[in-house]
Amino acid sequence: MSTTTAHTEKQQERTRRERVLRVVLPFVALGIGVLIWDLVVRINNIQPYVLPSPGLVLQTLISDWSLLWSSLLSTLTVTFEALALAFIGGVGLAILFNRSRLFEYSLYPYAVILQVTPIVAIAPLLLIYLPQQAAVLACAWIVAFFPVLANTTLGLHSVDRNLAELFQLYGATRWQVLRDLKLPAALPYMLGGLKIAGGLSLIGAVVAEIAAGSAGAGSGLAYRIAESGYRLNIPRMFAALILLSITGIVIFALLSLVSHLILRRWHDSAQES
Amino acid sequence: MAGTSPAMTKVRPPAQMSSLLQLQSISKVFPNGVTALRDTSFAIREGEFVSLLGPSGCGKSTALRIIAGLIEPSQGGIMWQDGAAPKGLSGEIGFVFQEPTLMPWASVAGNVYLPMKLAGMDKNKAMLRIREALVRVGLEAFENAYPRELSGGMKMRVSIARALVTQPRLLLMDEPFAALDEITRFRLNNDLLTLWAAMRQTAIFVTHSVFESVYLSSRILVMTQRPGRIFADIPIDAPYPRDESFRTSAEYAGLCRRVSEALVAAMAEQAA
Repeated sequence: MSTTTAHTEKQQERTRRERVLRVVLPFVALGIGVLIWDLVVRINNIQPYVLPSPGLVLQTLISDWSLLWSSLLSTLTVTFEALALAFIGGVGLAILFNRSRLFEYSLYPYAVILQVTPIVAIAPLLLIYLPQQAAVLACAWIVAFFPVLANTTLGLHSVDRNLAELFQLYGATRWQVLRDLKLPAALPYMLGGLKIAGGLSLIGAVVAEIAAGSAGAGSGLAYRIAESGYRLNIPRMFAALILLSITGIVIFALLSLVSHLILRRWHDSAQES
Repeated sequence: MAGTSPAMTKVRPPAQMSSLLQLQSISKVFPNGVTALRDTSFAIREGEFVSLLGPSGCGKSTALRIIAGLIEPSQGGIMWQDGAAPKGLSGEIGFVFQEPTLMPWASVAGNVYLPMKLAGMDKNKAMLRIREALVRVGLEAFENAYPRELSGGMKMRVSIARALVTQPRLLLMDEPFAALDEITRFRLNNDLLTLWAAMRQTAIFVTHSVFESVYLSSRILVMTQRPGRIFADIPIDAPYPRDESFRTSAEYAGLCRRVSEALVAAMAEQAA
């Protein structure tokens, strides 16, 4: 008996250590990266207009905060607007496809074309046809909506056949089947699509801002990066870049949390590991 | 079609006063060319517990689905006692699948609520019946649990509670306990008989287990394989309530042997 307890204790100890490592190690690795960056800059005496030291970037981040903050807000607004529209559009279109083969066969090619054509190539055209704000939003939407559409379509098709028969047996209407069976069954897929769409809508917004960069009076973070590049203000470029990365991470974490909170009671993907 | 021993086969007269439903020479050919049923006729009387017994692929599940109205027969039809087919909508048919077939996103109460929800009944109004159904299957303490928190046997109980909550006239079960371990299966067999004794609705039970069918049924229809036909109609006259003492009795063993022999003969005929 005592050996088994010792064994489980050891096992618990190991899982505890692993959990701590999982949190600590990424930060340690990042810290080492920053340290190396700093050392490379110092030892080679690299000029700030080529590669600024991490300290200088942090300094710039603080000194330019009000400017960068307003740019961040602008990019964030576009990103979340695009994400919301992508969710509504993707889910709506998927439901439409699920209801009518005719719609699916006629519209799916368009969705695929929009998805496979690189957004960098579409952005300049959109900037000609649309006001800049709308063009940026459209770009972000185009890249973000496809994963929601594709995943939701998959989810709506993956309904338990027996459950569908049960609904039929109890005389469920099409609306009841959609609301009480298909949409709940598709929810984990939808949320998976949303998670991908979150990162993509940020990318779409950045691409459009860069494309608009020289032409328009944009104010987003990507516009700041382009502008700082022209002015050789490399520290600010880095500061804006770091803000963009953090934004991407936060969006992903936020959507993962939302997905976890919604699914934790019933879906295996949200089970505690 | 030789080999049908008349002693084994007691084909009942098709028109029975009290028959709840009557399958009239039903055939079913699937689009892939498989003939699941050919010229199958039998009647189910009100209050009976009938097992459809046969090897897998003998069309017994197909027959059950046709009775439930889930699929249409290729030929033939069903005559119901009061003319029209009862609709699941009005809660006249309960169906239990081989898998528990629960909605993973809904709680136990939410799953049992489903038939009434689809009929447009308010949940607060339905709650009394939901609790009553859960008490019947001994799951009153798990009202708010989610399916993934339950064992296989408990999930099946929820499924049975859902089928019974509308107090259907006809309960259809498609090998409901086939995926469970034997201990759980025996317990659920006992519980099912208790429920049936209390509610007395007509039950049609599809199984490939001789022992299960003899234990539960008041009548067993033995089917041949591909295409499925009724080969023998065996009444099980042992009185209810049945319990463990019946399971170990000589009478039970004798009945099991008789039904097994019928099943072997059914399969031999099909092979010939």
